[in-house]
Amino acid sequence: MSERQIQLEVLRYNPETDSEPRFQTYSVPCLNEWVVLDALNYVKENLDTTVSYRWSCHMAVCGSCGMMINGEPKLACKAFIHEYGDQIRVEPMAHFPVERDLVTVVDDFIAKFASIKPYLIPKEEKPVSAGEYKQTPAELLKFKQYTLCINCMLCYAACPQYGLVPQFLGPAAISMAHRYNQDSRDGGRDQRQEVVATNEGVWECSFVGACSEVCPKHVDPAGALQQVKVASTIDWYKEHLMPWVKK
Amino acid sequence: MAKSNKPIFWSLFAAGGTVTAFVTPALALVTLLAAFGANMDMFNYDSIHAFAGWWLGKLIIFGIISLSLWHAAHRLRVTVHDFGVRADTVVAYTVYGLAGLGTLLTIVYLLRI
Repeated sequence: MSERQIQLEVLRYNPETDSEPRFQTYSVPCLNEWVVLDALNYVKENLDTTVSYRWSCHMAVCGSCGMMINGEPKLACKAFIHEYGDQIRVEPMAHFPVERDLVTVVDDFIAKFASIKPYLIPKEEKPVSAGEYKQTPAELLKFKQYTLCINCMLCYAACPQYGLVPQFLGPAAISMAHRYNQDSRDGGRDQRQEVVATNEGVWECSFVGACSEVCPKHVDPAGALQQVKVASTIDWYKEHLMPWVKK
Repeated sequence: MAKSNKPIFWSLFAAGGTVTAFVTPALALVTLLAAFGANMDMFNYDSIHAFAGWWLGKLIIFGIISLSLWHAAHRLRVTVHDFGVRADTVVAYTVYGLAGLGTLLTIVYLLRI
């Protein structure tokens, strides 16, 4: 197994004591099959126990280790050392306030995510005795891709629009609204549209497409947002030109 | 939060995008061929003038010109925003105003043929 000495530049910042962020460089002996998260763990275990970052599963499922790696939003557990040179710079996700080092404050995303009601709102409640809600494979296929989101927030770090307009509901939240709207068991679209079809909802999106480029689970949030725009436009014409038509 | 009225402009933008993607390249090609002397009787002045005089021809020309204008206007508004100009209202009135003016002029000129 080949080993390579990497200079890992880590952004260090404690808002309570530091006046501004700074970079600290660690020299890390990396195995070629390591990911950036392994290098960070090496630092934490052997060089500096004070470095703070989030991680859990180490297999691109939990969505905790999102960070900027050489300026690009990536999961540290999916960014292989062999794809980089001898110098790797890691910073906290862009567009989020820093809590400590690579740990960001994600309250804004959590609140936005909750606001689109990311759960099934059945058209009509059935008693358990009425049996299960059935769904065909074709109906499942309509939204399955959007269920793969792991809430890693890389799309928010990549979205220039979210950087400019922090009120923007953002890619993951709108894609998740779309996921439930497309579900044949769901009847909650009208409630979600109150948040999604606003200026600060889907209409803040200018289709840069960076969200889909960085998404580690290939959810394609940009595609979801364009579908939401088409559906919201049809709604608008129905509401304004044919108010007598029931949705 | 109130629902957005952006769908008006976005639908014109989307329709215009489709027209621009499919028709404009063909028009550019045909115009270039004609400019370089390709012999195309279909595209001489009299046939095009007759086409523009026919009601369906007018409608097609109107659709292509006005939708392309609305598409370009919205694209420009977003591009200006992406370049960091924080004056969306002024930009929006200007670009949509120009597209509106172009639409009106298209109607006027088409009706005069």
